[in-house]
Amino acid sequence: MGLLVTGVGGQGIILASDIIGEAAMSEGFDVKKTDTLGMAQRGGSVVSHIRIGQKVYSPLISEGEVDFLLAFEKLEAVRWSNYLRSSATVVINQYAQPPLSVNLGNEQYPDDTEVTTMLGQRTDHIYIVAGTERARQSGDVRALNMFMLGCASYFLPLKVQSWKDTITERVPAKFREMNIIAFEAGRKDMRNVGRR
Amino acid sequence: MRKLLSGNEAFAWGAYHAGVKVATAYPGTPSTEILEAIARFDDVYAEWSTNEKVAMEVGLGASYAGVRVLVSMKQVGFNVATDPFMAAAITGIDGGLVVISADDPGIHSSQGEQDNRHYARLAKVPMLEPSDSQEAYEIMAYAFDISEKYDTPVIVRTTTRVSHSKSVVDLTGQRTISDKPAAFKHNVTKYVMLPVNARTRRVAVEDRMVKLTSYGETIPLNRIEIEDLRLGVVASGVSYQYARDVFPKASFLKLGMTYPLPPKLISEFAGRVNKLIVIEELDPFLQENIQAMGLKVTGKEFIPRMGELDPDVISAGARKAGLLPDIKPRPRINLSQLPKRPPLLCPGCPHTGMFYVLSSIGQRLKLPGAKDKDRVPRLIITGDIGCYTLGAYPPLNAMDTTACMGASIGQALGMAKAGIGRDKVVSVIGDSTFMHSGITPLVDAVYNKGEITVIILDNSTTAMTGHQEHPGTGITVQRQETNRVKIEDLVKGIGVNRVKVVDAFNIKELRSAVKESLETPELSVIIARGDCAVQRPKRSAPSVVDVEKCKQCGTCLLIGCPAIQSEDGQVHIDVSLCIGQSCSICRQLCPHHAIGEDIEKGVTNTP
Repeated sequence: MGLLVTGVGGQGIILASDIIGEAAMSEGFDVKKTDTLGMAQRGGSVVSHIRIGQKVYSPLISEGEVDFLLAFEKLEAVRWSNYLRSSATVVINQYAQPPLSVNLGNEQYPDDTEVTTMLGQRTDHIYIVAGTERARQSGDVRALNMFMLGCASYFLPLKVQSWKDTITERVPAKFREMNIIAFEAGRKDMRNVGRR
Repeated sequence: MRKLLSGNEAFAWGAYHAGVKVATAYPGTPSTEILEAIARFDDVYAEWSTNEKVAMEVGLGASYAGVRVLVSMKQVGFNVATDPFMAAAITGIDGGLVVISADDPGIHSSQGEQDNRHYARLAKVPMLEPSDSQEAYEIMAYAFDISEKYDTPVIVRTTTRVSHSKSVVDLTGQRTISDKPAAFKHNVTKYVMLPVNARTRRVAVEDRMVKLTSYGETIPLNRIEIEDLRLGVVASGVSYQYARDVFPKASFLKLGMTYPLPPKLISEFAGRVNKLIVIEELDPFLQENIQAMGLKVTGKEFIPRMGELDPDVISAGARKAGLLPDIKPRPRINLSQLPKRPPLLCPGCPHTGMFYVLSSIGQRLKLPGAKDKDRVPRLIITGDIGCYTLGAYPPLNAMDTTACMGASIGQALGMAKAGIGRDKVVSVIGDSTFMHSGITPLVDAVYNKGEITVIILDNSTTAMTGHQEHPGTGITVQRQETNRVKIEDLVKGIGVNRVKVVDAFNIKELRSAVKESLETPELSVIIARGDCAVQRPKRSAPSVVDVEKCKQCGTCLLIGCPAIQSEDGQVHIDVSLCIGQSCSICRQLCPHHAIGEDIEKGVTNTP
């Protein structure tokens, strides 16, 4: 299957996609993942491609072959619409980080209706989650990536224990508990959230 | 042991297991992580060298001393290292010398797109190319063995997509290391390239290529995979992986050694398939070499020469060439109206203040209330390579040139010597870039009495590539404390009389330093010092906007800080992005004192 994790530099996307890949590998799948982040430390568009299967060749996913899109920011969800398979699953964090061109009044940030309309041309399975807010409640806004992984875990065919083991391996000991709390919050929210 | 490793990490493991003892590099995307990964092994000596040329020379010395050496760099870094590399190609080596060139098709993070496979041909050295992390791991043992057996440096050529993709690696090997101590075998005819010796070595080089060509016929890295014989695909590197997806039934000649090429193997494959194509990124390197063997082959007729390939690009080309059925693709959703999100200087970046100052002194940004006349830029700002190249973007617009590492100073001098007034030319360079190749042009400016202003943006790290240490930080790549080269001492030592160190977060200080320097008919260096935003540990309370005091003038938006956002004219600060008091550039600039700390009584601005 093909997964995209998208957002803005600094949101913890690379670590999140690493964890998806490593959790899948721990269950015996072949995995390839690749990140495109340009030259900025913070603030640019970031996308991770992850392919999971019995045997994977290309690390990059073709247009129309994404089964699952995990977006940490709304505009960065829409940007990848053409990559979605029809009826792919999309989980979007309810968070907008307007690019500079929008702040300077040169371009328009799409409103929520436009976001769902554009993605809706590919799929009806769009879920919007309050990730930034819920991560903050879990202890730190930087745990957003773990919250989003919790959401993803609800849809992906991997055992909960594989997720938790991988997270435990990859985050520093002192943040482990908070990260697991955020992960569980995501998983729980996904069960409760209605389909938009 | 199975691990999900990037190509770069896999190179490090492969080199480690192959017994590498010395590793050198200068950071550069997409090669940086190779040295970072190898530096974690305690029984390897690893160093960030001042630049790639030095890295190659240190590597060559270690090789002459009999140990296995890995030197890694990005594709344009190879240009810097070419002089010692070409020499190494002639003298040959003693301990195995492997040089990784990490190319950047698609120009993700480089100043150009160049195909470094040509260097193998230029230098007459063998070249290996892995197509995923498992191969990156395995290829290193081959590379070191070939290097020692054929007395030659070996290029391992990778690309961004191989280096930065992660895939499953079975780390089957173990570290094998020769137990003989480092020793230099005196051999003047081999190591002293006087013309008479170089002419002798020249013969050895040509002999070596003949032997390597025949070795290429049998090396397991080159293999034929026979399936449907109607189409035969020659591919290497990540293009092989893409092509496998696009032509799942075709036969393949997978080349892991791409220079010199094996003529017999290629002819054999060509003879077995009905139609022969090459799928390769960038230049028709394989294609032209195969055509030169007199074989009929196509590739660049339908595969682009520019940019990065991916399965979509290859499919589109293959459809055009009639190799795939011409199915109508699904109509695309029109996303052209979506705002772009180019990379930006981070919130709290120490470069922002200086660029704002240069931009305002240079009349590049339009301050609120300013008249429209006389908006011709007053300053010429020659720039350099680093995060700070992003200062070229609006709204700062504070850079006029960027060519290669260290070019800013020489360019500024050139402009001044061409007759542009001394009060008009400023060069901007980062601390790590200055160490890399800013020192020699500054010596030139001292020697030739250049009346220019050189600004060194010192954030005490190599930020863009992910915060590597350098000679100015006093820490090694293996986390040891070491001698620190102080930029101001260095600059004074080479004879610059006017040197000023200023606080990168103090707008007034920055402005007066720049103005003073522009007014002085003498070479001057300004060192604007402030730690990188990503590395400043303490996050104090973020700044906030007092909407009652805010007159919506838009001054704060002119610094291009991603944390400052505007909705219907009203600015606000994204608390999750603002770094707080340790920056305060926007607080200093707000003419209405409307940005400050959030305390109970309201917002206070005390810049």
